[in-house]
Amino acid sequence: MSDEQQAVDELFESFFDKECSSQVVRHAEPLGFDPSLWAKLDALGGPAMGVPAALGGGGASCDVLAVVAERVGRAAAPIPLVDHLVASRALAAPSDEVLAGAQIATVAVRAARAGTWSLVPSGAIASIIVGVYERTLVGTRSDPPMAAPRNHASMPIADRSVEGGDVAIAADVAWDRVHNEWKVLTASSLVGLAHRALELGVGYAHSRSQFGRPIGAFQAVQHGFADLPGLVDGARLLVQKAAWALDREAGRPVTTIDPFDNEVTDATALASMAYLFASEVASTVTDQALHYQGAFGYSSDGDIQLYFRRARGWSLIHGDRDGELLELADVLFGAT
Amino acid sequence: MEVRQLIHDNYTLEEQYRVHETGTYNCRPLYRALGDRGFIERAIPGLGKGDPLELWALFNEFEKVDAPGDALSVIIILAGILSHVGSDEQKARILPSLLSGRSMASLGYSEPDYGSDLASITTRAERDGDSWVINGAKMWTTMAHEADWLVLLTRTDPSVPPHKGLTTFILPMDTPGISVQPVHTMGNERVNATFLDEVRVGPEHLLGDEHGGWSVLAVGLSFERGVVGDTNRGVSLLRRFHEWASAEGLMAQPAIRQRMASVAIENEVSKLLTQRSAWFAAAGKLPTVEGAMTKLFATKAYQHAVRCFHETAGPEGLLSFGDDRAAADGWLDYFSRHAPACTIRGGTTEINRNTVAERHLGFPRAR
Repeated sequence: MSDEQQAVDELFESFFDKECSSQVVRHAEPLGFDPSLWAKLDALGGPAMGVPAALGGGGASCDVLAVVAERVGRAAAPIPLVDHLVASRALAAPSDEVLAGAQIATVAVRAARAGTWSLVPSGAIASIIVGVYERTLVGTRSDPPMAAPRNHASMPIADRSVEGGDVAIAADVAWDRVHNEWKVLTASSLVGLAHRALELGVGYAHSRSQFGRPIGAFQAVQHGFADLPGLVDGARLLVQKAAWALDREAGRPVTTIDPFDNEVTDATALASMAYLFASEVASTVTDQALHYQGAFGYSSDGDIQLYFRRARGWSLIHGDRDGELLELADVLFGAT
Repeated sequence: MEVRQLIHDNYTLEEQYRVHETGTYNCRPLYRALGDRGFIERAIPGLGKGDPLELWALFNEFEKVDAPGDALSVIIILAGILSHVGSDEQKARILPSLLSGRSMASLGYSEPDYGSDLASITTRAERDGDSWVINGAKMWTTMAHEADWLVLLTRTDPSVPPHKGLTTFILPMDTPGISVQPVHTMGNERVNATFLDEVRVGPEHLLGDEHGGWSVLAVGLSFERGVVGDTNRGVSLLRRFHEWASAEGLMAQPAIRQRMASVAIENEVSKLLTQRSAWFAAAGKLPTVEGAMTKLFATKAYQHAVRCFHETAGPEGLLSFGDDRAAADGWLDYFSRHAPACTIRGGTTEINRNTVAERHLGFPRAR
């Protein structure tokens, strides 16, 4: 990590340690939003940090935002920070309310159909939606419903109409850019989920005794965990590389896509890879970590189920995995 | 890139034919060319003068085109061990021949009865004045029939706990009493059994401290696992499969495209994990845990990919090199034969899982 990443990481680590216990996560369900936690984040400059400095924001680059996103994931924090960071960066003139988080902005990751964006991440709580309507990147403002359909991951998702007040998108921002940033930061939060889930599972295996010794002393259990740290580290490395590609994209548009030489520096390819891989890793790690906590892990009182459900929710909200793989194949191998 | 060009120029069709016929995975002209241009020296952890990722870059280029890196990896492991624990005299006597690509080496670790449980090996080195007399047998001594140097793990003190009574030696292959018998594998490789009969060695052959063999072993294994091989094989697999699938008109099939995209992701992750291990080694640290993580991920992903692609090819995937009808010119048959070795050699999956479980996750020793 760079010095800047390190400093931001420590700042958000202590914030979430202090303000976001698993009780906070639990109490925010089923909507999945804690307004008071979100309000406290403004003191750190959290909601504004992705906006360019010239527009009154923190001017953070994607590699720094990825660090923040991982901390959100580790805490399973019931705040729309990733969606807001990405959407607010795309606006031509984010208002003071957006910079302070008093108005939440989000990204409709799937194109609108018949005038509606369906199941928009943070759609239940966001006033500003950035998304694609009739092949154009648009921003729209309307009152959020503040209610979500009952869902797997207690996510504040909702259908939203494309109708509303126009919100100008920055001239130099294209949908690909918004979409890639959302994938990379969401991937980073999935890495955070997986990291914390592994800690929970391993911690339990150290403390839970059966047959007179900790279950973590049994090789069968050890080997069930041993493949997982490499998955989490690999996903984090891939997210960092994708964030690096996004940060350099502005200045150096020449990129490589050569999967047959294992040279891929293109931001779109790497963002898709990072999102697909982090999704898979978060699902696998939460699955294993829950299993080794036995019936305690399966019970609602356990924390691991909070992570298990979000690992699936934050992965699937974007679309189906097979479809995303086909889109990646088009980027890597050329469209058919 | 220069390494790629050197491989292309020196790993000729004749050399490729010889490698696949004999199962001896080396290439002397190529190693000499690499050595003459300083690529071997630059790749040695602790000796490196160039980019810290030289070691990774070198093996990455080999694996991309299936060039024979087995012998080179042992050269680098031995040179790495020497640079960490060798005496000045040994470095002066042995390193130049390794770094110039003129000499090859073989690792005498495993035995017929002890593989993963290396601490229990029984090849005996008995003290006789200021020298030792060695008797025993070593297995899987790849390259022993071509090598100039043999690294030997021996038992010098049977009266103490197993890993405390081990000593490592480095001796010339022409030392009297050494004999080599061929052993062949399903993947068409020649490995060997090496026998030691009253082999007499002096203090100049001692590698590291007497009874310090276990830590010498750890130095070598930390390079072997997840740095110098078997962690980027999916690149060549994907390239050769794509060439075949394109020629067969299969690239429009969604299931094949999805599988290939998944393999491309796994290749990228394997590369990033391998680069991380290489960074650790280049920084003078032993990437024991990082190497284990890398090898666990990369080898399992590779084996799964080989199986999927082989199944896609059907009967033509069974045909070997030299048959016009063979899928991917016979490479799928070859990869499928070779893949099982990746989770065995250089530390099995189970040993690597023990390493991660104990050293990274803090679980108690379960053996």
